Amino acid sequence: MSAEKFQNPVVRWIDHRLPVFSMLDHEKYDYPVPKNLNYMWNFGVLAGLSLAIMIITGIVLAMSYTAHVDYAFDAVERIMRDVNHGWMIRYIHMNAASFFFVVVYIHIFRGLYYGSYKAPRELLWILGVVIFLLMMATAFMGYVLPWGQMSFWGATVITNLFSAIPVVGDSIVTLLWGGFSVDNPTLNRFFSLHYLMPFVIAGVVVLHIIALHRFGSNNPIGIDASGPQDTISFHPYYTMKDMVGIAVFLLLLAMAVFFFPNAMGHPDNYIPANPLQTPAHIVPEWYFLPFYAILRAVPDKLGGVLLMFGAIAVLFVLPWLDRSPVRSARFRPLFRIFFWLLLIDAVVLGYLGGKPADGIYVVLSRIATAWYFLHFLVILPLLSVFETTKPLPKSISEPVLGASKGAA
Amino acid sequence: MMKRVFAACVALVLTGPAYAAGGDVSLTERDWSFNGPFGTFDKAAMQRGFQVYREVCAGCHSMKYIAFRNFADLGYNEAEIKAIAAQYEVEDGPNDDGEMFMRPGVAADRMPSPYPNDNAARAGNGGALPPDLSLIAKARANGPDYLYSLLIGYKDAPASLKVPEGMYYNDAYSGHLIAMPQPLYGDDVTYADGADASIEGLSADVTQFLMWAAEPKMEARKRIGVAVVFFLSIFVILSILAKRRVWADVH
Ligand code: HEC
Ligand code: HEM
Repeated sequence: MSAEKFQNPVVRWIDHRLPVFSMLDHEKYDYPVPKNLNYMWNFGVLAGLSLAIMIITGIVLAMSYTAHVDYAFDAVERIMRDVNHGWMIRYIHMNAASFFFVVVYIHIFRGLYYGSYKAPRELLWILGVVIFLLMMATAFMGYVLPWGQMSFWGATVITNLFSAIPVVGDSIVTLLWGGFSVDNPTLNRFFSLHYLMPFVIAGVVVLHIIALHRFGSNNPIGIDASGPQDTISFHPYYTMKDMVGIAVFLLLLAMAVFFFPNAMGHPDNYIPANPLQTPAHIVPEWYFLPFYAILRAVPDKLGGVLLMFGAIAVLFVLPWLDRSPVRSARFRPLFRIFFWLLLIDAVVLGYLGGKPADGIYVVLSRIATAWYFLHFLVILPLLSVFETTKPLPKSISEPVLGASKGAA
Repeated sequence: MMKRVFAACVALVLTGPAYAAGGDVSLTERDWSFNGPFGTFDKAAMQRGFQVYREVCAGCHSMKYIAFRNFADLGYNEAEIKAIAAQYEVEDGPNDDGEMFMRPGVAADRMPSPYPNDNAARAGNGGALPPDLSLIAKARANGPDYLYSLLIGYKDAPASLKVPEGMYYNDAYSGHLIAMPQPLYGDDVTYADGADASIEGLSADVTQFLMWAAEPKMEARKRIGVAVVFFLSIFVILSILAKRRVWADVH
């Protein structure tokens, strides 16, 4: 690893003392990547890009924001009306949050489909679920900051959930509120934590990447690369392929920001928070709706909270629930059917979470919730034992060379 | 296959929770000048809408996020804005004697509210609070169509329904009973430009004005958006070409 490979003398001088260029070079050229990754493998980079966009726009917003119940709503309106291009920064932050969740949901379902959670990538997967949890906490607290009606009532409903926990529940709620209701201390601590958490996420992302680089990316056929003929260098191949994903992502984000900036928000959040007036329907942001549906499917408050957290807890232990040695769903005919059923189930849960909790919606929520847990706790363990998988190709290059309609 | 199902699911999730204004109302949809990616505000309509607000709605509703200087967006020049502002009395102070005092408005002032506080507003309206109108066009689902439908939506209540004292029947209002008496009937104001002053005309004009008030940067937003989307579309094409070229030797 000498610095000789660099032409530029300044780069060579620095690299000899601080080998950052060697490190970058190593990631760019020496890090072998399976040659058959499809566009589903763009979403990790897109998640990183989303995080960067959120942090940059968030820091700029914080320069003009005031975390006080009497000024927060006005401060946001000042950003929208008087701060130069403040409306653009705020709309980017608002919409990129939604896009971040779209990207991460696709990233997660990609992992589910191709069995990326299996050995030796269990910790990589678990770190991903940790990131997902942190993202949800961050987004929830961020939504409280503009101090509109949904901010206030969403915060009230969600923080109240913790009171269902036996013994310590009420103390936790008091701690979250900093008092006896959602009020100024709540807003202050939420702002403080909302500023902190993205950097914690960034830290966990670093661990996530370290774990990724230990064994490299999984790939659409789910077998390990058997040698140099199966891999290519990250640069220029995947940098260019990621560039396509980044370009499409930014295009879609720009369309939302500039033409439909409020489509994913709730109109009630343009009404200042009013503790004396409950909105007709309290709904969280769309990306929480599947979990909200699970929460409300259970008639018992504690039971609902437990199931909601259980829905994420099963993801943590997923590598040990699905013990099939075959990773990719391409070679698992039954698993593949159940994968699509799970995806439909998740979308149905999301739909139900946005509906009032009565009549047919409750019944459907219960069925969909039951299916969600059945999938992870019963179907996957059974499939690992009883499913007959298709024969695996000998190597990655075999199907790539053999079939001309390659995955790339 | 996978991609298509994902796209369908994302679309469903995004459009699923379309927050309707309650199932029992139907809105009159209008072809607003500000609809669509190239939509702009109609300055003449906004000026008339401001006149409607000032002469009718302002008796009950504040618009506290709007400053007189913002009226440049409606097409008024500096002198006209000064003249408009000067017609209002705003409270200032304290002066050197420690007293609050009234003075004519200047361009930098926000529009004064009709009531000193919410309780006074309630007391003057039979217990109901007339909401601030600065953001109303964004604070209701399908804002502009809703506002228009609300303003033209006063009807005789069906015989089966008993309308309580101080309430009025409205087609567009969720629950149909609203505490705001019908504000517009047609010809409530005299337009200098002779535009249509029927109830539909007045309602459409004040809706233009309220949409601008809620989203004053809309024109700039769409203008920049068209350029950004154009630029990014080229970026998409170039990156696809570059990727194809780089990958040509892999298969
Ligand atoms: C006499 C006083 C008065 C006048 C004049 C008046 N309003 Fe109202 N308005 C009210 C009151 C009171 C309410 C609250 C109604 C309720 O809560 O039931 C209200 C509510 C509204 C609402 C909110 C409806 C909703 O969805 O909650 C809108 C929009 C509105 N007014 C627009 C206007 C416009 C536009 C004008 C002028 C053309 C106007 N108002 C004139 C008293 C008035
Ligand atoms: C801030 C959020 C996240 C960022 C920035 C991020 C970043 C990345 C990146 C850059 C990659 C490599 C490229 C790729 O394979 O797509 C990756 C891989 C991976 N991520 Fe994430 N990720 C995030 C969240 C998550 C979550 C929430 C999960 C799962 C619950 C997860 C699970 C995985 C797995 C299993 C891989 C390896 C996939 C494979 O190689 O097949 N990640 N991540």
